[in-house]
Amino acid sequence: MSWLSQLRTQGSFDLLTFRRNPAATFFTVVLPLIFLFLFTSIFGNEEINGVRVANFYVPGILALSIISATMVNMAITTTTRREQGVLKRVRGTPLRPWVFVGGQVLASLAIAVVMTVLVVLVGWLVFDVQLQSSGVPSLIISLIIGTAAFCALGLALTTIIPSVNAAPAFTNAIALPLYFVSDIFIITEDTPSFISTIGNLFPIKHLGQALTESFNPFIEGTPMPWGHWAVIIGWGVFGAAVTATRFRWTPWGT
Amino acid sequence: MTLAIEVTDLHKSYADFEAVKGVDLDVNDGEIFAFLGPNGAGKTTTIEILEGFRTATAGSVKVLGQDPATAPLSWKEEIGIVLQESEVEPELTPREAIRMYAAYYQAPRPVDEVIEIVGLQAKADDRIGKLSGGQKRRVDLALALIGDPKLVFLDEPTTGFDPSARRDSWEMIENLRALGRTVLLTTHYMDEAQQLADRIAVIAAGKIVARGTAKELGEQVKAIPRISWIGTTADGLSVPFVQEGERLVVEAEEQDVIGVVRAITGWATDTGIDLPGFEVIRPSLEDTYLRLVAE
Repeated sequence: MSWLSQLRTQGSFDLLTFRRNPAATFFTVVLPLIFLFLFTSIFGNEEINGVRVANFYVPGILALSIISATMVNMAITTTTRREQGVLKRVRGTPLRPWVFVGGQVLASLAIAVVMTVLVVLVGWLVFDVQLQSSGVPSLIISLIIGTAAFCALGLALTTIIPSVNAAPAFTNAIALPLYFVSDIFIITEDTPSFISTIGNLFPIKHLGQALTESFNPFIEGTPMPWGHWAVIIGWGVFGAAVTATRFRWTPWGT
Repeated sequence: MTLAIEVTDLHKSYADFEAVKGVDLDVNDGEIFAFLGPNGAGKTTTIEILEGFRTATAGSVKVLGQDPATAPLSWKEEIGIVLQESEVEPELTPREAIRMYAAYYQAPRPVDEVIEIVGLQAKADDRIGKLSGGQKRRVDLALALIGDPKLVFLDEPTTGFDPSARRDSWEMIENLRALGRTVLLTTHYMDEAQQLADRIAVIAAGKIVARGTAKELGEQVKAIPRISWIGTTADGLSVPFVQEGERLVVEAEEQDVIGVVRAITGWATDTGIDLPGFEVIRPSLEDTYLRLVAE
């Protein structure tokens, strides 16, 4: 089998295991939608200058969805597979290691794409959120860059997670506080400056802001948030470097 | 005869201890070879060096003509590995998992054929997470066989199984012989090695202490028959005896067994003493093995 069809097979089986894992599907697919409904209920969805407030929640929820589908999902699944000996078994076969990882990345991308479509559709149908056609190119670019970078960061995280039980705790302990400082859950003008400085250091806020630009109806022309993308790519390269040097295929401590 | 595995003076040291201390091993093409030893003897370390998961500290290793530490990925087309501890994605069915692994090889066996070899037809479409331990082990073996390997490694294939699951696994491994595959298995059960293997190497504390067919192994350690009965004294008995628990025990050389039995029964008749629970026991291969690894 050529590596291309191996990649496709691996990706489709990874999607299948994801779909059959109730915890993973709940946290990745259902929870972001629940948040979207909650936020718009709590903070309201009034129209200001012809734009619904939800226009500014949807990009945050989208960032949350993409990060769940990639970093969180990748870190937990890969740690579990490593500790269960799945990765070791795969290393005993002639499959190229990068094809195995690539299949997982493809599956994550597919989930992220589905979530993007879902969130945009729900936003449009239920909350009257408008996505201008001029925002679509940057949305697609953010989605691809975000998926690649946060997959790499998810793999990098596995290098410090020692066990299956620790995987959700580690991942959430890192992601949750960052969501709060990254304008994902709470969007306000008067964020203390040290909070916004911390947020600026990490890639989550930049993904949220890049996506916000795609949904911002006041931007003239086609938004291209180069600065935010650069930071996300930088973190992605860091994640890939950590993965390349420290990733292990055998259970922790063997 | 060509050699599937050729190991000379293999050493493996970790920071503070030497797990393997000069192991030599020759496994012929097409034979089932058992690597027998207690836990911690160096079995898994050795087999993982042969599989390419660990590197040797010293010595030469050839598996299917290549050094596993430097062999290209294509070398793995010809080996199948059943690890001691590994799971398969519980969300998949055996058929799906086998199909996924089939995609990893250039010339896999047909999926249905492998399901049949390991006897999983009835469970092929159930979720792996719902299978029993023995059935999961069949999935492990199926994944090791899907690439149609020349050489199969089985690291403790039946550890933790109940007796009937062990019998089933033995049958499955016997089937591999029918396929003409070379098998290297590790086990700490003598009866398993005896049942399955053409040849056995016994490893203890990182060294091979005996090797040969099951029969040859039995001959290597002098088997001393034991004659015993329930009793407390045997005044006037002409052969030396010892008290072990409630029994009196006489050890006899194989050629002297009849003479010793005659002496004991003669003494009993003369003195009018009964010999309750009288028995003559020849040591089993298991006893032989336990003596070997204890030395």
